[in-house]
Amino acid sequence: MDTFALLAQGLMAAMAPMNLVYALIGVTLGTAVGVLPGIGPALTVALLLPVTYRLDPAGSLIMFAGIYYGGMYGGSTTSILLNTPGESASIVTALEGNKMARKGRGGPALATAAIGSFVAGLLATLGLAFIAPWVVKFALSFGPADYFALMVLAFITVSAAFGDSALRGITALFIGLGLGIIGIDLQTGQARLAFGVPDLFDGIEVTTLAVALFAIGETLKIASSPSQLKEEILAVKGSVWMTVEDWKRSWVPWLRGTAIGFPIGAMPAGGADVASFLSYSAERSFAKKPEEFGHGAIEGVAGPEAANNASAAGTLVPLLTLGLPTTATAAIMLAGFQQFGLQPGPLLFANNAPLVWSLIASLLIANFMLLVLNLPLIGLWVKLLTIPKPWLYAGILTFATLGTLGANGAMSMQVFGIRFSFELVLLLAFGILGYALRRFSYPIAPVVVGLILGPMAEQQLRRALAISQGDPGILIGSPVAIVLYSVAILALVLPMIMRMRGKGGALAQLASDED
Amino acid sequence: MNKLFLAALVSGLIALPAYAADYSIMAPASPGGGWDQTARTMQASLQDEKISGNVQVTNVPGAGGTIGLAQFANQANGDPSQLIVGGYVMVGAILTNQSPVTLADVTPIARLTGESVALVVPANSPLQTVDDLVAALKADPGAVAWAGGSAGGADHITAGLIAKAVGVDPTQVNYIAYSGGGEALAAILGGQVTVGVSGYGEFASQVESGDLRLLAISGEKRLDGVDAPTLSEAGVDVVLENWRMVAAAPGITDEQKAAINADIEAMVNSATWQTALADRGWVNTYLAGDAFDAQLAKDIEATGAILKDIGLVQ
Repeated sequence: MDTFALLAQGLMAAMAPMNLVYALIGVTLGTAVGVLPGIGPALTVALLLPVTYRLDPAGSLIMFAGIYYGGMYGGSTTSILLNTPGESASIVTALEGNKMARKGRGGPALATAAIGSFVAGLLATLGLAFIAPWVVKFALSFGPADYFALMVLAFITVSAAFGDSALRGITALFIGLGLGIIGIDLQTGQARLAFGVPDLFDGIEVTTLAVALFAIGETLKIASSPSQLKEEILAVKGSVWMTVEDWKRSWVPWLRGTAIGFPIGAMPAGGADVASFLSYSAERSFAKKPEEFGHGAIEGVAGPEAANNASAAGTLVPLLTLGLPTTATAAIMLAGFQQFGLQPGPLLFANNAPLVWSLIASLLIANFMLLVLNLPLIGLWVKLLTIPKPWLYAGILTFATLGTLGANGAMSMQVFGIRFSFELVLLLAFGILGYALRRFSYPIAPVVVGLILGPMAEQQLRRALAISQGDPGILIGSPVAIVLYSVAILALVLPMIMRMRGKGGALAQLASDED
Repeated sequence: MNKLFLAALVSGLIALPAYAADYSIMAPASPGGGWDQTARTMQASLQDEKISGNVQVTNVPGAGGTIGLAQFANQANGDPSQLIVGGYVMVGAILTNQSPVTLADVTPIARLTGESVALVVPANSPLQTVDDLVAALKADPGAVAWAGGSAGGADHITAGLIAKAVGVDPTQVNYIAYSGGGEALAAILGGQVTVGVSGYGEFASQVESGDLRLLAISGEKRLDGVDAPTLSEAGVDVVLENWRMVAAAPGITDEQKAAINADIEAMVNSATWQTALADRGWVNTYLAGDAFDAQLAKDIEATGAILKDIGLVQ
């Protein structure tokens, strides 16, 4: 009961008119930067940190909360409408969301993303308020071996989710894994496959690869086959809003996405991207109409979108209870706390209870603001698709290039006295790779998944083996790992059985055109 | 008379911008890290104290700061308004990455802050003191898993120096690298590793709450209000501080260097800077001029030697 009283007090504080204004500024800015690839929430919060010197602690934390949630949601808009994921957590949203948008169902896709984000944000924030200490205990019990098991589960479910053509899916996955090896190895400090190019020392940027494969690759494909230009993209078919069936099909994925996203976000080595992959795989395996996956299944938008927002709230669990920032945005929020003389950590709840509760309350308000801001805008957003195709794709190309330049556009290469951006060269090279993959019907998403999960899996495996001094027994030495491996085996074996029973036809059909 | 006054006013206005130089500070790291925070704290101090009219911060992350350093050395040449933040980690990264651009390619201005590296164990660990840790290390170096930041950084070097000081082969140190002190913290709290080694700031709140036990800190002196010996007091002859510095562009004149030096000194002595240091728990280790150049050369040499001992540099 005490918690409720504190939360109510926090809500009262956060509802002060000035704080509501800060929340509104925060979500507006956050959504704007989420929409623009290249400027992430981390950079925005960093840029705004000096502004908060002039605000009171509560006001600035509320603004940060708005930016954080807004950024999480904004990324999904471009994924759905333009097939241009601006950050790694909205990659899977593009898979089904963009298919929906092309069939004239961009409105429901954006709506299920917005409402799903709201529901997930609401539940996860309540989770943060009520069960944070237990969640953090669970998250800390994850050792390197358990993380490795989680990665194995993600690999298996994700590659199984790409249908019948295991060969093509796994080939694509391995391209991603190969790209993931590039860069300085964390454990030894040695550069691998960088060929002496300093820009490769930090590895391949996930957003560069994703934008290149999705946006540039697709633009090239369209440009190479003009006949496809005649294929109509429907801006709006039927209602802009969700139908009764959409609601029926969305609410369970929202809840499942939240259940997956919140604990994974709370894990120090989890992250919104891993949560969104797992949620996508889960929706696909629970779906009543799995044949719709790859052609715009609303569950494939609802689940991952809920998961990535829940995971954003999840990252605040270790931040507030341990002082442990698990994302760049959280690290800057930590700096913001320190500026007010607050030390997030085990003592924060005890020493600064009013402020913590107004932060949690402000998360709820930011979440609500986001819904209020975004639902009316959906009608406007989907109009983007009425732009004639040549213009639309030219716009996407410009957008993708500018975004990459904005994020990592340093003019670092110099050949024959001409300076140019290495990141742009990468963007174009991967764009051509994306075109080739499409041309020969290889799925795109596993490449990006490989790049994200590969390095995580490798580091965790090596940490586990270093701690055990080389004894592989550690990998199956904990109950968590055993449970995760069991689920992975189930995920691997069940589809095989289903296929043997002749249900594989639909899956096979999807494999070829899931992009 | 009136005209003279007007002329004085006008020339004063024209000359005014010249007094307050504009700066652009590169943080060769992502937003949120120590170098980024240093750069942004400098920005706030320089502007609030009217030492500089307009200060921009840019982030060029990657490879222990060497990517930013290379870009800075190439593009800022001769431009006195360009500054870059760096530090001890950059010294190590230049060596392990065999970076073609080194600190000799920029103009180091001053050391600004320092942070002790702390040795911590979980509250339920059997290790009570540094002596216990040393005994465990001597008994079986591989069985002591150290968790800290990336390989070759100050945390890793501290582990290597401790091993060397107590007569254990530094290549035997079982060092588990995490992408930052925060992620390492989770592994230490979760009891996944034996001992944590990272900046004291990463562990401060857990030490205060009693979730972690602080065995020792690596600095020269004890920290105010922190009940833990220095490594030297605990019988391990190691002194290390993870310092941060600011450097200017290569190819600037001595007068330009002197002007930057004066601005940085004014910043360090300002109330804004001092308050920010206190808020963040950074120790002021300001050192400039020839004394800093000599210290820097010494640090680079010592770092090279220990990285060879650990086996990261051939």
